[in-house]
Amino acid sequence: MHDAAIHAIVILLLGLLLGTAIVIVRMRELWAAVMLTGIYSFLGASWMLLLDAPDVAFTEAAVGAGISTFLMLSTLALTNRRAKPQPGLSPVPLVVVILTGATLIYGTFDMPHYGDPDAPAHRHMAPEFLADEVKHIQDAEHPEGKPVKVDVGNIITSVLASYRGYDTLGETVVIFTAGIGVLLLLRGEPREDPSEDASEEPSEDAP
Amino acid sequence: MKQQTILRIVAKLLIPYILLFALYVQFHGDFGPGGGFQAGVIFAAGLILYGLIFGLSAAREVAPPALMETLTALGVLIYAGTGVLAMFNGGHFLDYSYLGGHGGGHAEHHGILPQGQHLGILLVEFGVGLTVAAVMISIFFAFAGRERVQ
Repeated sequence: MHDAAIHAIVILLLGLLLGTAIVIVRMRELWAAVMLTGIYSFLGASWMLLLDAPDVAFTEAAVGAGISTFLMLSTLALTNRRAKPQPGLSPVPLVVVILTGATLIYGTFDMPHYGDPDAPAHRHMAPEFLADEVKHIQDAEHPEGKPVKVDVGNIITSVLASYRGYDTLGETVVIFTAGIGVLLLLRGEPREDPSEDASEEPSEDAP
Repeated sequence: MKQQTILRIVAKLLIPYILLFALYVQFHGDFGPGGGFQAGVIFAAGLILYGLIFGLSAAREVAPPALMETLTALGVLIYAGTGVLAMFNGGHFLDYSYLGGHGGGHAEHHGILPQGQHLGILLVEFGVGLTVAAVMISIFFAFAGRERVQ
């Protein structure tokens, strides 16, 4: 596709992201706000796809738009559907937020441009990952370290699952721990009534 | 939502494809986008949709909560076990090159099963997918089984 077309789509997507975010913040109707967070995730996923990051876009679509939206709805089924009215504009939080935002934007001036081949992230380990030859085991025959080829086609998978297998193991343990924690907190004593179902889902009959 | 004919029929049509797509993402993650995490979430989404449409008790029959809790731990065990297996074969923890017994693994490819790095990645991704799917389904059960607090 033409570069200008891609730029136009990116600007459109980012504009929609900003608009959705502002609407979510200003909205008091929580059910609609939850739906909008799902839309926000889908827009984010589309944008990441344009940045050539299909794996991240995939995760954002599945987790951000799918599971989180559902979890928010489940939470909503247990509470009220409308947020409590907020007091009017309070100056101190506004100043704090503006200052923090300005600092963050100021920080981005130091960052390398998008896709800059000289960026530190592209010079340190990335060439070895892309060549699929990370030297890591040193022994008598390979004092420099033995090159390990993963050879599975999707470099992201080879980095995540093999070269950084420890990280991914840690992440899996985090998910495991989080799941156990949620179960311990939420389950309490089991309900007696076997005929109940998930029809308390808020779209239909929640007050 | 059992009375909603349209929702029921559409869900019946969609759920098999959602589950199939999850399996594709799981076992094709080494060549295409995706992997265990995404696959687990998609698989869980299929079962959660089933639970939303056909009721919590029906979903509990398909995926018994006790089994889900076991699978949560089993996934982590498969991942760590793959690492320990590599240690038994003479390598470091999680050094998949030592799986399959061929020092280098990937180069000499006999037999149907992939070897070395490829086998290791399939195994650990399967562990990740199992844990993620089981955790998501368990959380769904935990939320959906709650009384309304007022």
